[in-house]
Amino acid sequence: MKLKLATLALGATMAAGPVMADLVFPSLSYRTGPFAAGGIPFADGYADYFTLLNERDGGIGGEIAQVPECETAYNTEKGVECYEATKDAGALIYQPLSTGITYQLIPKVTADDIPMHTMGYGRTSAKNGKVFSHVFNYPANYWDGASAGVNHFLEQSGGSLEGKKITLLHFNGAYGREPIPTLEALAEKHGFDFNAIPIDYPGQEQKSQWLQIRREKPDYILFWGWGVMNQVAIQEAANIRYDMNNFMGIWWSGSENDVKPAGDGANGYKSVQFHNVGSDFPVFDDIQKYVVDAGKAAGAGDQVGSVLYNRGVYAAFLAAEAAKQAQDANGTSAIDASMMRDAMENLSITADIMTAAGLPNFGPEFSVSCANHGGDGMSAIAQWDASAQSWSLISDFATSDASVITPLIDADSAAYAAENKIEMGCN
Amino acid sequence: MPEQLIFGMEVFLNGLMAGVLYALVALGFVLIYKASGIFNYAQGVMALFSALTLVGIMEGQVPFGHLINAIFGTEIHGFGWHVPAFAAILLTMGVMILLAVIVQKCVFRHLVGQEPIILFMATIGLAYFLEGVGDIMWGSEIKKLDVGLPQGINTLIDETTFGWFGYGFFIDNLDIVATVIAALLVTALVIFAQYTKQGRAMRAVADDHQAALSVGISLNFVWVMVWSVAGFVALVAGIMWGTKSGVQFSLSLIALKALPVLMLGGFTSIPGAIVGGLIIGVGEKLFEFAIGPMVGGATENWFAYVLALIFLVFRPQGLFGEKIIERV
Repeated sequence: MKLKLATLALGATMAAGPVMADLVFPSLSYRTGPFAAGGIPFADGYADYFTLLNERDGGIGGEIAQVPECETAYNTEKGVECYEATKDAGALIYQPLSTGITYQLIPKVTADDIPMHTMGYGRTSAKNGKVFSHVFNYPANYWDGASAGVNHFLEQSGGSLEGKKITLLHFNGAYGREPIPTLEALAEKHGFDFNAIPIDYPGQEQKSQWLQIRREKPDYILFWGWGVMNQVAIQEAANIRYDMNNFMGIWWSGSENDVKPAGDGANGYKSVQFHNVGSDFPVFDDIQKYVVDAGKAAGAGDQVGSVLYNRGVYAAFLAAEAAKQAQDANGTSAIDASMMRDAMENLSITADIMTAAGLPNFGPEFSVSCANHGGDGMSAIAQWDASAQSWSLISDFATSDASVITPLIDADSAAYAAENKIEMGCN
Repeated sequence: MPEQLIFGMEVFLNGLMAGVLYALVALGFVLIYKASGIFNYAQGVMALFSALTLVGIMEGQVPFGHLINAIFGTEIHGFGWHVPAFAAILLTMGVMILLAVIVQKCVFRHLVGQEPIILFMATIGLAYFLEGVGDIMWGSEIKKLDVGLPQGINTLIDETTFGWFGYGFFIDNLDIVATVIAALLVTALVIFAQYTKQGRAMRAVADDHQAALSVGISLNFVWVMVWSVAGFVALVAGIMWGTKSGVQFSLSLIALKALPVLMLGGFTSIPGAIVGGLIIGVGEKLFEFAIGPMVGGATENWFAYVLALIFLVFRPQGLFGEKIIERV
């Protein structure tokens, strides 16, 4: 696994140079540093899906997919360097896998006419395609995740959250603070008490936060963490015997990495997910046969079916589908980034498309438009079973509360447009 | 008794416990600085490396397995055995001693007499090297560490305090164990430094390594010994912190928690590390409890440094540090 480090991959790719007609999907990954445990499975899934398409189908529309990897170490400066180093190789799309890098790249990709897909992270209001012409965040964003969590608690409470207490335990940074406006609006709508408790990076010591939770006894906790913060929070919740049924993380706080260190104590912990979990999908049989068994896996092949590996596969699947639709729309297999952007703006993911790709019900059905770059904001709830050591979805994919989220997105994107003197598009 | 006072007492006790965990990390820094004048930037990574090695040995993982598989196309993942925790700790200690020998022979022996900043830079290099070796050797996935330490709320304290105040205090069993271990460790270190031949040699080198050399003390031996002891302290810290969060690469960041402790307690005092840890632990927890909610919370990281800086204004050498007077 370690032999295929990003630098080597990038070096090899740059040395060889992409064949002109190859489709280039740069992977801004992080296989080193404190967040490597989360970055590796995603990067493996992303690379393995394209390897599968190359090995099984001969690429996409007859064109080989290249995935030059560049190591960001989850560092914003390095991420921008990776973008600059790879963009001239014919990059069709960027998925930077970091909110910090996303914010830096928004003006750059727009100027360079290269689309960027920030699936479940980045700037939430980028959903407004009228302002963010080159940024896409389908199928769901943080505000959709917050709404999905509250909807689940609403159902759990028998249809009313009146007088209940919901606490947001969050990373003390832009990512962790993202859901606060949505949760404040939802608190007003549903009549629950809301408070936010921040945790500073890296979050290895959370005693103060959990003593506060123990004193205040919130009915439900939503959690926006990443890295070691996740494992510590779940362990501390188990230590104070907080009911795991009422503790839910966003998708970045809901992988095997987060729950396994707490052992049985993590049983029942929930997370919001915008894609399915587990390995019971035909595509994984093909990945095993054409990629892992053939010795072409990006990693050791031991992550297949894990939550973050699945997310990498899903990200690659959505990129590959957009590329296919771009080829169909333009009547050529040799597409460029501009064609890719247009295709992403008209992307439609149906049940038939997912089934044909070996991913039945792997994610929600959704469609994208010029004005709506975020799809329908559908997500589902997963729950951890400690005895089976597996996640499983306990709900269907459902839409978020658009009546609350849409005005917030309009307001935030309008402010960004005014600040950056962007003229609204899609007229 | 007012509710806030009861809560404050609970926070105070948890602050003490957190402080012990910070002190465990700070101790490693103190040992090396005291004996060799090196500020060991790699101490946090040593805790990570030792914890990775411990889990790897316990689980029967083949070191460099991924590398071997990639080069030779093999499918080696583990030896198929499970080593008991105590034996694994002993074996890990052996690895840390070996590491101390290598570090001394390959790095610091060649840097004797260099400026402190050069030695510091060398430890930065060592930190990155060890992190990389740890990754290649044991993999970067998060590993559960279970050496049999109890975790979760202490029910005796919970029930007793509930009987007294109508509110049960939360004290983590792991924190209680950490406190006991830290107390034993400090006692052992003090006895070692004061009453053993090797300990006296260490102190002699710390005082004046030229003079120590002149009376026949082997500088090489003392420094290997000190790095080994620091490796042992790193292992203890790695076990405690790794049990809390799983063994993962962010474990190296625990060093961030030790810096204000060192500033406050002094870089050269073992008791200073403990007292500094306790003051930082209690100070940051009480500040977060009392003032945190008014300023949006998450005050602990910066408050620890502010508290240390306040102490520095009055005692630049730290509470227990040696006052250095340089005459020119």
